[in-house]
Amino acid sequence: MSSTVDAAGPPGRTGGDAGRWLHGVVREADLGLLGAITGMAAEPVRPVRAAGLVAVVSDVPLTEYGEEALRGNLEDLAWLERAARAHHRVVDALTRAGAVVPARLATVHHDDARVAASLTERRAELVTLLDRLTGRGEWGVKGYVVPGTAPRAEQTAGPGGAGAAYLRRRRAQLTAREDGQRAADSAAAAVHEALARHAVAARRHAPQDRRLSGAPTAMALNGAYLVDAGALAGFAGLVEALGTRHPELRLELTGPWPPYSFVAERSAEPALTVREPA
Amino acid sequence: MTTSLAPNSADDPLAYRPVALVDLLDRVLATGVVVSGDITLAIADVDLVRISLRALIASVGALAPPEPGDLPSAGAPIEPIVDLA
Repeated sequence: MSSTVDAAGPPGRTGGDAGRWLHGVVREADLGLLGAITGMAAEPVRPVRAAGLVAVVSDVPLTEYGEEALRGNLEDLAWLERAARAHHRVVDALTRAGAVVPARLATVHHDDARVAASLTERRAELVTLLDRLTGRGEWGVKGYVVPGTAPRAEQTAGPGGAGAAYLRRRRAQLTAREDGQRAADSAAAAVHEALARHAVAARRHAPQDRRLSGAPTAMALNGAYLVDAGALAGFAGLVEALGTRHPELRLELTGPWPPYSFVAERSAEPALTVREPA
Repeated sequence: MTTSLAPNSADDPLAYRPVALVDLLDRVLATGVVVSGDITLAIADVDLVRISLRALIASVGALAPPEPGDLPSAGAPIEPIVDLA
């Protein structure tokens, strides 16, 4: 069966004024569950079925979610946050019921038929992803630099007056900071490698800017790990052990996340490494 | 080491759990499968998203205090935020 479109869409929303915001793709969707999840526009999400898969969508007005409107709205931080959180709330709720392939933020189709066509066209890839994600969750581990844990540069006395002493002091400070950064980077690589060995897949996001994260020190590791449900306790224990082993980093575990970081785009991402579970 | 695990919400599957916006944007903008939509291609445009994040930095950056121990002349380093390239 292909392109079997669910006909339960709200009446009056099928014209050219409404788009379909895609939250994610699942194998099965319980109508009772979907009816209890609020989508982007204060209405419950609904299924679009095709090719044995279910796309979970929100009906959205194109005046706000059409291409032109989105270009402006994505620049509006309050709008971006609201949209990201609304999308996440749906994907998160779906994740608790089973495997989900999350859609990227702002994936909008014109009508159900085109959503169904996407499912049919990419069925094999989506099924492979769903199989890979079943029974697994994404966990985040961030590592923040702990200042003062790198060996301190010596501040030797030397000739010259106050100006020369200042320059020496300043050079020592810079060196200490570089050493600290190097130590943190190398600890981050070691921590990531150890965690990746206990995960099904692992990848590193770019470190977050302190001005965005609000953290008092720089971030050296922003990792994401796909972990088998059965291996979770061991993974959490490993994070704790690694934190003790690497005092130059303060580790923070977040999750469970929907598997956002492990639905690679068509082109393989170089940062993605796949390993057998330990 | 600190952990910030979400509370166990298995008994309440629809509970809304706030997460850090920056962690969320790392994930929903930089990743996520693109099921080719009619509008997606334009919206998935990397430059567009990057501009949004720059605006985010600019708006938050004004509030953040300078790093303790920064040399007076060092200035605020411009670090990449969420590199979507």
